[in-house]
Amino acid sequence: MIPDFLLYALLAGALVAIAAAPIGSLVVWQRLAYFGDTLAHGALLGCALGVLLAVDIALAVLLFSALLALLLVWLRHHSQLANDTLLGILSHGSLALGLVVISAVPALNLDLSALLFGDVLAVGADDLLVIAGVCALVLALVWWQWTGLIAVTVDAELAQVDGLPVGRLQMLQMLLIALLVAAAMKVVGALLITALLIIPPATARAFARSPEQMVWCAAGVGVVSVALGLAMSVAWDYPAGPAMVLAATLLFLGSNGVRGWVVGRTSDA
Amino acid sequence: MSALVRLDKVAVQRDGQQILDNVSLAVARGEIVTIIGPNGAGKTTLLRVVLGLQTAQRGSVTRAPGLRVGYMPQKLVVDRSLPLSVARFLRLTSDDPAAVRAALTRVGVPTLGERPLAQISGGELQRVMLARAILRKPQLLVLDEPAQGVDISGQAALYALINALRDELGCAVLMVSHDLHLVMAQTDSVLCLNQHVCCHGHPEQVSTDPAYLNLFGPREAEALAVYHHHHDHHHDIHGDVVEAEQ
Repeated sequence: MIPDFLLYALLAGALVAIAAAPIGSLVVWQRLAYFGDTLAHGALLGCALGVLLAVDIALAVLLFSALLALLLVWLRHHSQLANDTLLGILSHGSLALGLVVISAVPALNLDLSALLFGDVLAVGADDLLVIAGVCALVLALVWWQWTGLIAVTVDAELAQVDGLPVGRLQMLQMLLIALLVAAAMKVVGALLITALLIIPPATARAFARSPEQMVWCAAGVGVVSVALGLAMSVAWDYPAGPAMVLAATLLFLGSNGVRGWVVGRTSDA
Repeated sequence: MSALVRLDKVAVQRDGQQILDNVSLAVARGEIVTIIGPNGAGKTTLLRVVLGLQTAQRGSVTRAPGLRVGYMPQKLVVDRSLPLSVARFLRLTSDDPAAVRAALTRVGVPTLGERPLAQISGGELQRVMLARAILRKPQLLVLDEPAQGVDISGQAALYALINALRDELGCAVLMVSHDLHLVMAQTDSVLCLNQHVCCHGHPEQVSTDPAYLNLFGPREAEALAVYHHHHDHHHDIHGDVVEAEQ
């Protein structure tokens, strides 16, 4: 019989992996990995602020991510520096500030290791409910606006000429990434969220012939990674979050190896 | 007749540099307007103002209410990480697979549907973009150097297709093109641009304009002048038709 804590961990991980599949695919297609990283790092500071101001932590993370996204848009218009440089400043600046605030204010009583690397085995029924709610919201929003999100991914200007609300869709996309970060904090932690976003779609790319196939395949790879990671965690006492990301990375490398071998074989024939 | 799009004394600056200055332009229903001009003349920026992708610092832009525009950009770069077939790309515009197949057949690439969008040639992409325009049923088709990246033999065919589609769709066309010898026969109005409007009018009128000759030299002017012979009328200084004397 599977113990409750493991079942909760598996469900939380699987839900996040499924919700991460469409969002991670969008991130990969639009080369937003660094942006996702910035929101995830900022989430650490968001957590600290949430505790300081006695606001719900998930809500604080969400609001702070939105603030970071707006700050980035503003900087983009008022700076001559490249986008990745600005993201690097915001990402590491907010990570550093978060680390300093959490260490300097002991009254916060936050477990830094859990924030950075997740603590999925400590997920309780309440946490699971919040994660399930956020993931359901993410999937519902994605389902609702999928065609528009793909059109903006293909070419934002073409979409705008077609009369799509491109600005609002891009804002929705930022909100979706922020929501997913809030849901995934507990599972893999701030440092590894981007990995859970981009590695499963990257693995799925080789096998997909349509955007939807890539999302479904990424969801499958994500769920398998979560299960394998948890198994490693239980069997060898690895930290669960890093073990999930390690499993995803091994699946990526393995699938590329297999594919390379198959392609090599068929081109020999 | 009311214009589909009307620009009035539009000015655009970017980073303190003047890109467009005092440009006025109107495109009427069913009309073909061609924009010509040297590199850096602001041709693409002018199209972007018409499309609403670029705001003008001065002047006004008026579009007919509910105007449907089909846009064919100079290039479309699709990230290779996005698995998107040609047919799936077109289904973003129309969710009717039969209509998508019909549009691809009409533009002469019926077998392209299952190919990845990121792997087709420049000429094929332009045809796919025209198929997309068919599905959108635009009132105004905006083309930015449509024959770029298309080999010489394909260029004439592409322009012939554009012209045929204009008749079928009954739409106006606003395009930037350097292929004067190929487009002038069909063009109703030429706008010669070099940040400001150098000259503007019917092709043969523009071809003898000192500002045009100054910009392109007499050799290019011949490309326009060729079409004098096909006309049984000429235009007075206002562009109105004057019957040729027998």
